[in-house]
Amino acid sequence: MSSYWYSLAGGLLIGLSAALLLLLNGRIAGISGIIGRLLGGDHLPANGAFLIGLILGPLVFKVFFGHAPDVTITEPWPLLIVAGLLVGFGTRLGSGCTSGHGVLGLARLSPRSFAAVVTFLIAGILTVFLLRKFGL
Amino acid sequence: MNNQLARILSALACGTVFGFGLALSGMLNPVRVQGFLDLFGAWDPSLAFVLGGAVIVAFIGVTLARRLKHPIFEWTFYLPTTKRIDKPLLFGSAIFGIGWGLGGLCPGPAIASLSLGLWQTPLFVLAMAIGMVIHDRFYKGGSR
Repeated sequence: MSSYWYSLAGGLLIGLSAALLLLLNGRIAGISGIIGRLLGGDHLPANGAFLIGLILGPLVFKVFFGHAPDVTITEPWPLLIVAGLLVGFGTRLGSGCTSGHGVLGLARLSPRSFAAVVTFLIAGILTVFLLRKFGL
Repeated sequence: MNNQLARILSALACGTVFGFGLALSGMLNPVRVQGFLDLFGAWDPSLAFVLGGAVIVAFIGVTLARRLKHPIFEWTFYLPTTKRIDKPLLFGSAIFGIGWGLGGLCPGPAIASLSLGLWQTPLFVLAMAIGMVIHDRFYKGGSR
């Protein structure tokens, strides 16, 4: 099976998770929002439970397939720290990330989320272009 | 079953399906994510299928939710109400996009891959949390 099928199947499951969280709990499965609310002191137990599940998911994958999912990190750690700071700050300022804006925002046909997705895709593409240009 | 417990268990189950989906899709792998963003290089389009598949199923969920008076375990839907395409939205998304390109990690995959034992992931997650706290201190009561 090609990686396209795995990607599609994974995407369908991500969508299923987001749809179920909305139908059952009435909440947007936006990961940056969930983390941000927990850090902000909004200790809604369901927020914590979702994140615990998120961490368990790849372990279920490991049990199911008998190997861990491929994860290759090539960037040096100082770059990862800068990346983390930007991702944290940016997702709070921009009210969402690939899940909140990307999955649910687009599914809700929100023009705001559409603008956010186009913006972070362009910024990401330009960043990788510059990284490659400088050989990183 | 009381609703509070039902909400916690459904959030746990949804989180697990989300994390499994991320692992299956290839989104946990920063090299794949950067390959997807490498439009002018060795472009790997496969991750477009992740977003496509996710949005289609989420769209069905949103359509079904519109027919419900309230969610199954809650009294009301908690949906964003802001409609404006403003500077914080665009600047924030651009800053996020730069960080996403640099590290190949966005918040969901970063948290999910904490369970895989790589030393870089907790470092990224800590920096991400600090970035969020810095934002919330400087823009308290601002946009969410």
